[in-house]
Amino acid sequence: MADKKTLTFALMDAPFENARSTTALRLIDIAARRGYDINVFAYEGAVYLPFSHQAKHANAVHGHEVEEEDHPLPREWVSAVIAEAEKNGGKVDWVNCGLCVDERGAADSVDGVRRGTPGDFWNMASASDGTLVIPTK
Amino acid sequence: MANYLLIESRDPFDSNDVGQFYGLAAGLAREGHSVTLFLVQNGVLPARPSAHSAALADLRGAGIDVLADDFSLQERGIAADGLADGVAAAALDVVIDHMAGGSKTIWH
Repeated sequence: MADKKTLTFALMDAPFENARSTTALRLIDIAARRGYDINVFAYEGAVYLPFSHQAKHANAVHGHEVEEEDHPLPREWVSAVIAEAEKNGGKVDWVNCGLCVDERGAADSVDGVRRGTPGDFWNMASASDGTLVIPTK
Repeated sequence: MANYLLIESRDPFDSNDVGQFYGLAAGLAREGHSVTLFLVQNGVLPARPSAHSAALADLRGAGIDVLADDFSLQERGIAADGLADGVAAAALDVVIDHMAGGSKTIWH
């Protein structure tokens, strides 16, 4: 791809809490569909976005069983954007902040996620066409 | 001169510092930079004609492109064909376009 780009995102929000997580994954999905190379540095609570033990649940208030509720899981979205990028000739390098992982016991992640440090974010941003930091409020 | 994309995700009815972010956009434009303000999430609420909409019209008058995420508008029941003066609906792709093009991109 002649105009292939590399973009870097820094995320900080934990899943299931704020629309920022959804918007971030919408942005990453757009870049993945274009076949861009995408770097993600997940910091603080964002290390839980690809946490592999996230589980769907029923919704008793709505009277929905697990399958009917089809509760969305960010770990599935992370896997989906990794697969989408690969399908289109790009890749996602998803780095979870190692100290943030240790603090939270969030070591178990979906495939395609690696452990790193804020130094990785510096290197990613330095080698990217564009960088977006999405901080917590 | 540089290209800036400023992304506002907060509701000015809820967060007083939104005005400061609008001010940053105005200041950058005044210094000759190319500036786009992209509204997303609750940041699109002033795109519905309201007490805070005039600030967006002023930014457009200062040469700033003011865009509102079409998905965020739809989620909040704001019709894309009835937006406040100076605001246009746009896809989130605009953000990726700017990042890929080397714009300085700031989230608030």
